[in-house]
Amino acid sequence: MAPEKAVVLLDERVSPFGQRVRIALAEKGVEHEYREEDLTNKSPLLLKSNPVYKKIPVLIYDGKPISESLIIVQYIDDVWVHGTPLLPTDPYERANARFWAYFVDKKIYDCGARMLKYTGEAHEEAKEEFMENLKLLEGELQDKTYFGGENFGLVDMAFVPFTTWFYTFEFYGNFSIEKEFPKLVAWGKRCMERESVSKSLQDPLEVYELLAYLIKKKYGKV
Amino acid sequence: MENTLAGIKLFGSWASSYTHRVQLVLKLKGLDFEYVEEELTNKSPSLLLYNPVYKKVPVLLHLDRPIVESVIILQYIDETWTDRPIMPADPYERALARFWCYFADDKLGPAVGAVFGSAGEDQKAAVAQVHENLKLVETELREGAFKGRRFFGGDAIGILDIVLGCGSYWLAVFDEVMEVKLVDPEAFPLFHAWLREFEEQEEVKEIIPAIDRLLEYARGIRQMMLGLKDASTTPATTAATTTTTTDNSSVVVESAGSV
Repeated sequence: MAPEKAVVLLDERVSPFGQRVRIALAEKGVEHEYREEDLTNKSPLLLKSNPVYKKIPVLIYDGKPISESLIIVQYIDDVWVHGTPLLPTDPYERANARFWAYFVDKKIYDCGARMLKYTGEAHEEAKEEFMENLKLLEGELQDKTYFGGENFGLVDMAFVPFTTWFYTFEFYGNFSIEKEFPKLVAWGKRCMERESVSKSLQDPLEVYELLAYLIKKKYGKV
Repeated sequence: MENTLAGIKLFGSWASSYTHRVQLVLKLKGLDFEYVEEELTNKSPSLLLYNPVYKKVPVLLHLDRPIVESVIILQYIDETWTDRPIMPADPYERALARFWCYFADDKLGPAVGAVFGSAGEDQKAAVAQVHENLKLVETELREGAFKGRRFFGGDAIGILDIVLGCGSYWLAVFDEVMEVKLVDPEAFPLFHAWLREFEEQEEVKEIIPAIDRLLEYARGIRQMMLGLKDASTTPATTAATTTTTTDNSSVVVESAGSV
């Protein structure tokens, strides 16, 4: 669907946060202009559009920018009301969706990153937390098709980009996510059957190569 | 007219600005609720049951189902009781409101907490960080998204006023307890003016604790923290000191919440 007003996405191909927005736009069928940012040399448009954080993704609709991936996804849902709903309609379920989406950021991404970066005791601590939090997330999923029940939604979009990081988490954490959290892995595969997801995400081996390179460069860890 | 059939219970803490946010919106909407005071250093089994992930206040219980995280609670209340809305109607305005609420809790609140938890040169750096963050808000008031508005929500207070406002009273408290200047009316005239207007609202006056109570509370914790920093220098004690200091400053940060 070609919108009347221009939709521009400032993004970086490998960003899981950017991928959330790409998935949301694809689910709604919103045509948009994709602009790849070089984060070592941020464009004037990016700096002007997100002066607070200077980060991608930024969605610019009708010349007006919005930042922060989870806020952008909710914004997309608010604007393109006739497309696939990305949030439930019931207020309690919406609150629950927001809770778990932010849980992914606060508890899963944070610990996962620490587990990758650190060694020794800090690594062990982060790994333990990471696995506890994955367990909580799997507990929320249970046997549902998606976190949103029958509907693919906010929480699914929040977490699915990180499934392409599973290989990397397993390598650095020395454990099998499939063995420990089979429901999450099965859910990840179901999500990949959606074109919006498979077209937006990166190959896990590509993710591993990039992350391994960055981890070695920044933290000297192999 | 209070709604006694609302079936609402709120677990909170008297000094927690996150709790005040929820109390304020319930008051604005004329909703009756049962309030349970939690002691943050001795959390009740109910609190731990209803918020097992974060173990924090506030927790809203409605029809026996818990909702946690203040900004999520605020949106839940707004979507369930639709009179006197606190979220804007326009999608872009809604996204902006959500963004700045996120900023308040992600950047501004922790920066203010860092001022409280530090001294000397570290504190100077923390104050500078708060000023940088306030400058961003001031810019939006002066020439950006909120230009010309009485409140962030327009003519009446909205979700962003509630989030930024509940906790901004800590600024005056910290200014006095630690002799810092967080909100200089000359550097941040519009923010200062907005804060004055916010604090003059009847409902806000009824929610914010008395300033001397807040001062006493803040002084007590600050003294304890500084006293511990001056204490014994053996490694074991220092480690214990650091933990306690962190716990207490996180208690304050939990209470102070966002600015």
